Amino acid sequence: MISSLARRLLLALPVLLLSACNTVVMKPSGDIAAQQANLIVVATALMLLIIVPVIALIILFAWRYRKNNTTAIYTPDWDHSTRLELVIWGAPLLIIIALGLITWISTHVLDPYRPLQRLDAARPIPMDTKPLIVEVVALDWKWLFIYPEQGIATVNELVVPVDVPVRFKITASTVMNSFFIPALAGQIYAMPGMQTSLNAVINKAGTYDGFSANYSGAGFSDMRFKFHGKDQAGFDAWVKSVKAGTVNGAGALAGNGALDRATYLELEKPSERVAVHRYSSVDGELYGAILNRCVVSGTACMNETMMADAHANHHAGAAEKSTKPAMSAESVTDSIRTTPSLPVKKVSNAPI
Amino acid sequence: MPQFDLTRLLLGRLSWESIPYHEPIVLATFAMVVMGGLAMVGALTYFRVWGTLWRDWITSIDHKKIGIMYMILGLVMLMRGFADALMMRAQQAMAFGDNAGFLPPHHYDQIFTAHGVIMIFFVAMPLITGLMNYVVPLQIGARDVAFPFLNNFSFWMTAFGGGLTMVSLFVGEFARTGWLAYPPLSGILASPDVGVDYYIWSLQIAGVGTLLSGVNLLATIVKMRAPGMSLMKMPIFTWTALCTNVLIVAAFPVLTAVLGMLSMDRMLGTHFFTNDMGGNAMMYVNLIWIWGHPEVYILILPAFGIFSEVVATFSSKRLFGYTSMVYATVVITILSYLVWLHHFFTMGSGASVNSFFGITTMIISIPTGAKIFNWLFTMYRGRIRFELPMMWTIAFMITFVIGGMTGVLLAVPAADFVLHNSLFLIAHFHNVIIGGVLFGLFAGINFWFPKAFGYKLDDFWGKCSFWFWVVGFYLAFMPLYVLGLMGVTRRVSRFEDPSLQIWFIIAAFGAFLVMLGIASMLMQFFVSYRNREALRDVTGDPWGGRTLEWSTSSPPPDYNFAFTPQVYDNDSWADMKAAGYRRPRTGFMPIHMPKNTGAGFVIAALSALVGFALVWQIWLIAGLAMAAMIAAVIVHTFNYKRDYFIPATEVTRTEDVRTRLLDAHA
Repeated sequence: MISSLARRLLLALPVLLLSACNTVVMKPSGDIAAQQANLIVVATALMLLIIVPVIALIILFAWRYRKNNTTAIYTPDWDHSTRLELVIWGAPLLIIIALGLITWISTHVLDPYRPLQRLDAARPIPMDTKPLIVEVVALDWKWLFIYPEQGIATVNELVVPVDVPVRFKITASTVMNSFFIPALAGQIYAMPGMQTSLNAVINKAGTYDGFSANYSGAGFSDMRFKFHGKDQAGFDAWVKSVKAGTVNGAGALAGNGALDRATYLELEKPSERVAVHRYSSVDGELYGAILNRCVVSGTACMNETMMADAHANHHAGAAEKSTKPAMSAESVTDSIRTTPSLPVKKVSNAPI
Repeated sequence: MPQFDLTRLLLGRLSWESIPYHEPIVLATFAMVVMGGLAMVGALTYFRVWGTLWRDWITSIDHKKIGIMYMILGLVMLMRGFADALMMRAQQAMAFGDNAGFLPPHHYDQIFTAHGVIMIFFVAMPLITGLMNYVVPLQIGARDVAFPFLNNFSFWMTAFGGGLTMVSLFVGEFARTGWLAYPPLSGILASPDVGVDYYIWSLQIAGVGTLLSGVNLLATIVKMRAPGMSLMKMPIFTWTALCTNVLIVAAFPVLTAVLGMLSMDRMLGTHFFTNDMGGNAMMYVNLIWIWGHPEVYILILPAFGIFSEVVATFSSKRLFGYTSMVYATVVITILSYLVWLHHFFTMGSGASVNSFFGITTMIISIPTGAKIFNWLFTMYRGRIRFELPMMWTIAFMITFVIGGMTGVLLAVPAADFVLHNSLFLIAHFHNVIIGGVLFGLFAGINFWFPKAFGYKLDDFWGKCSFWFWVVGFYLAFMPLYVLGLMGVTRRVSRFEDPSLQIWFIIAAFGAFLVMLGIASMLMQFFVSYRNREALRDVTGDPWGGRTLEWSTSSPPPDYNFAFTPQVYDNDSWADMKAAGYRRPRTGFMPIHMPKNTGAGFVIAALSALVGFALVWQIWLIAGLAMAAMIAAVIVHTFNYKRDYFIPATEVTRTEDVRTRLLDAHA
């Protein structure tokens, strides 16, 4: 009776404690993060099934079998019990089997590469929905967001429409960072020469914190940005104003010019606490060039080098079946991954 | 034609600019170190102990003395690592909004890197290795380790590796990369200064020591057990030491190789881990964790062994489930190689790969859970004495299951996506490393101290230390779990959201209590030394021990055992006592022993010089020191006076003293 009460109290304690403060990880505003929060609760509850009795037993045994309690049974040579062994290996095994199943399913359902299946628990994705594409580049020490379909770009400001799936393509310029908006979804690393991906949706309009979760050098602590969820009309108006270079509101904006290669190379240089910038147009091939490390004119793009290597290997080793490029698949752009034998789309290296 | 530059030749890139005399914190520390050093040198000279320090300690190949030196090294480095921790806690408690705190990023980033490196490599590793060095030969009834000279050399390599890290505080700077120095951040483009080079060469030098000590203990346990001690009659601590050293021997070469490749990228222009020219930084991340994950089991397994000894001894009862304990240890050893990817679920692996590594990680919790239950059922129907080692054990059991739970939670990839790199993670691994490894080491220190020095540690200050540490730990790290759930990540030096501050202040207060815990522990050593006559144990078996180390005197004679014991049971000393064992008093024979040598110290010192010269690119000195080191190794191979016999008369004399002492107190 008492132990069951204590157990309930112990279970409730963390919940009480956490509800007292702003735990964005447990109370997010995006569906992916919400499912991740649920997963934390379920996994914790499952483990408490064994943790709580163990802690209770430790305290109970320590007290009951203390030296001064001579009324307790003392069996100095008892050191084996097959039945107990079965329980102490079996009980954790059962919990881990359950947790392992949950792990397998949740890892696949919440795989950041996987296109979204629903807007939230109640709403599936409408048939004709196309996700908004945002290309994310982690720079030293600020974030560049390119909207290829809208033809605009921003620094340290991310705006997306509410209840619209967003597909982030993520890379970095020099060192590793991690792209993390706790209210939206779990983080994913941003790594130079490689592309990661994140599919997510924000369900509530508002302004949230985004930042780099992986230490990246001197300016890391200030590598933060605001993530805005707006309704579709608000988002469209924002895009329009960025294009027109007439964003209303406070803040002197450093002119909504074009983001071309020269501007990018200037932007790429290390800087800290960078104010929000907006670009009314963006070079459509810039992101591919950043990913393949050939923004500077005259440098060979990684995907081209790899294609050339792959072809060379193919011709050199005709007897061998293998035509795999030496690099990991993540380094290769989508077009190569899906159609390795097609001629590569030429990324212009002409000076601008 | 390049101009001949003498300064460059003799000093490389070292110059007055490299001395951080403009940093008041470093300067004050330097002043303290110099004064402390001078006081130490003065005291050594005044008490005329230079000779004995060299003859009996520095050149000693006695595993017991080397074990004690490892412990001293670990405790000294604990002060440094903890000073870093205090500075971080203070900075994070202060730096909100407009207040930038007292540490600029340049300094703060070095501190968190140094804290991690020092605590793992130069605190936890030496303390664990020290205990294994001291206890394992005694537990298996051996007179020393398999390769006594190598043991001395290993210790000095570890010590000089640590020394090189300490030098970086005053000459140049340490890495600003985090304790695993991921490229491209640790590459030459993002970190052109000497910090990462200090990191690499400190760890390379210490790594040689660790690897050789692993080989040594492995050979010792496999080949030098007393007659009758089959593998399944080995004490559990020796079992965990065996598994740990298997892990060391298999894992540390990976670290050496990966750091070697990183230094080639930095110094020779290769492209293993660079962004361009076909390099891939993720290879580094994979390799370093293929070493790094076994490393945490290298630390925790011996701690598990300590708890097994302590629980059985202080419950006055046989260890429950010896066989399943052994199998659990072996299973953990093997599985520890199959989980490394769980440190980077968020780097873009596919769902199936992530699930695989998540589930293998969870499976480790099954044998670990079995161990917890085994200790629990060892207490069941025992007669538990709450001496200090047992108190640490109870604190461990409760703390560790919490840390284990959060660990399994982090092993669920989809949950890890929101918890990775957060303060929740920081709380988790401090929860298992402090609550597991450190509590285990403190249990071990309190448990085996009387064996090493012949008197018990003071109870009052020990209890102060215990409560300060345990309460301090919970106050320091439970807030970090909360902060992690509030979306706060690690290695941040200043914050915007003022609602976070209260949690950081609580954590800083916890760190302050831990400081009192460390101070109490130093006080405990001091008071115990002062009251050593009152705390004296003449029996050699102050706790009612169960394994062979308690059968000899405290401290044990140079030769450990006058006669090699015969083993019939895994609790062999308890078994001998129960069978009415009588200590032999006559018939002693000469004992073959290894001889002290200064070669290990000299070679290790030269290797530290090589490391220092490579850090500063003083190629001339690096080359000369390297040549001198090789010469020293060759000279040492011609040293044929490596052993001697302790004459039977001297053994008899030593044993007679103990006989009289035992009779007087009988």
